[in-house]
Amino acid sequence: MTLEGKVWRYGDNIDTDVIIPARYLNSFDPKELATHCMVDIDETFAGNVKAGDIMVGGHNFGCGSSREHAPIAIKASGIPVVIAASFARIFYRNAINVGLPALEIGDDVEKIKAGDILSIDLDTGKIVDKTTGDTFQAPPLPGFIQDIAKAGGLINYVKESK
Amino acid sequence: MGMTMTQKILVKHAGVDSVKPGDLITCNLDMVLANDITAPPAIAQFNKIGKPVFDKTKISLIPDHFTPNKDIKSAGLAKIVRDFAKEHGITHYFEVGRVGIEHVLLPEQGIVAPGMLTIGADSHTCTYGALGGFSTGVGSTDLGVAMATGKAWFKVPDAINVHLTGSKPDDITGKDVMLTLIGMIGVDGALYQSLEFTGEGVAALDMTDRFTIANMAIEAGAKNGIFPVDEQTIAYEKGRVPDGYDIVTADDDAHYSRTVEINLSELKPVVAFPHLPENTKVIGTFGDIKIDQVVIGSCTNGRLEDLKIAADIFKGHKVHPDVRCIVIPGSQHVYMEAMKAGYIETFITAGCAVSTPTCGPCLGGYMGIMTAGEKCVSTTNRNFRGRMGHVDSEVYLAGPQVAAASAILGKIAAPKEVR
Repeated sequence: MTLEGKVWRYGDNIDTDVIIPARYLNSFDPKELATHCMVDIDETFAGNVKAGDIMVGGHNFGCGSSREHAPIAIKASGIPVVIAASFARIFYRNAINVGLPALEIGDDVEKIKAGDILSIDLDTGKIVDKTTGDTFQAPPLPGFIQDIAKAGGLINYVKESK
Repeated sequence: MGMTMTQKILVKHAGVDSVKPGDLITCNLDMVLANDITAPPAIAQFNKIGKPVFDKTKISLIPDHFTPNKDIKSAGLAKIVRDFAKEHGITHYFEVGRVGIEHVLLPEQGIVAPGMLTIGADSHTCTYGALGGFSTGVGSTDLGVAMATGKAWFKVPDAINVHLTGSKPDDITGKDVMLTLIGMIGVDGALYQSLEFTGEGVAALDMTDRFTIANMAIEAGAKNGIFPVDEQTIAYEKGRVPDGYDIVTADDDAHYSRTVEINLSELKPVVAFPHLPENTKVIGTFGDIKIDQVVIGSCTNGRLEDLKIAADIFKGHKVHPDVRCIVIPGSQHVYMEAMKAGYIETFITAGCAVSTPTCGPCLGGYMGIMTAGEKCVSTTNRNFRGRMGHVDSEVYLAGPQVAAASAILGKIAAPKEVR
């Protein structure tokens, strides 16, 4: 599957508290969470993000709390894939589990700027920055984690393998 | 190749002979945990699978984050957890009045123990590594699946050997040890890895210190932090775990990706500046920073020994007129023991607010939210932007001795500055 979208660019150590602040965690409704996504570092995001846009972060993206509300809020905002230099492990796990692909490309991420148009082949991990012409390769997901991603998340995977 | 403590616990729970870093394995779980924020989405996922709970005695549901209910929506979340616990006869469900902060409560009640494999839908689940178990944080979907299957998948982690020597000076706590380590290796310094604490210095750390240190392993990006089981662990577990427990030791030739040396004797009281726990500075190396609030408590520093350290400093002193100081015992047991020992009276006499156990202010939930421009010295675990309220407020992380001294002096201070 190939995705194409405009980049929302964030820096290093984007923690789950800024992705979805705890004051909104008295709900777990994805649509409601999406209206507050990123608000503490980017008030423009929730009101302007378009379905298909792509989120790109730096190192240690999603660090901090285990709140699954974070990848859920991003996904419910219309973002189909997150790219980062590296992910914090609980966020990475949660993203795969809720069916939000997370691609890790190391320091190459620095070449991607806000507003760039990316084309991403989710099957091969190939990323083309159509604005600059740069191409990047994300390593494929290992073993059965790929099966979880292909099933659209852990629940589907568990139900299918029953 | 020899295996680390973490790897050996994983091996025992995966039914395999050996593992190496990077292996993907599925493990049987001894305990699965969720709280009032993470359990409701986990229950929604659990219900999609259409199976009964795998074992009602191996699930802990701990409503501690927004309880006593802070608003109507939170009351709704708490009700989802309560109803689920009743419907499935969950053994380890604790109601307000009996509940404590999850990572203080579970070890105290003997629900987690050495050698156990625990996952929790809370990032500070890594706390139980203090007891010599493997425990790590996951999200709600993993938790929902675990409640149905009793299993979870893991990527076997490599490990950093944190080699401790010396003995800590009187004005140093486990918090100073851990903040110093995070300052050395950074907030992603142990990403995808274990932090295994070794060396003669381990014996110089009491169980409270170890809980604080293991609790903040996640703040270095680690999957878990783990201590060897020694005489202190065995003494702590006496009478808590009727069915016994498993002592696992690292192989002598265990492989570590690197070794970090910390000489406890050389440590000084530190604080982590906003907005990352790695921004560690030794007190005395920066100018006066006036503060508006102090929080003493949390899963990091809400144990009896933490309150004792703070109370000893407050004795004969008052909270500075410009400071609000909030003290939160981590469990009802801690609260009661602190009362019997006179600590609560000391806090109230000094002008502190003392609260029932809750995570409350740590995550900016309630009970101590800051407005723009305010600063707090807190014994909690995160100082991210907006963590304790307004996006333009600031959290400085410190141990209970620094928090108490700072509350008295109205600025970030070391205990020796209190006369």
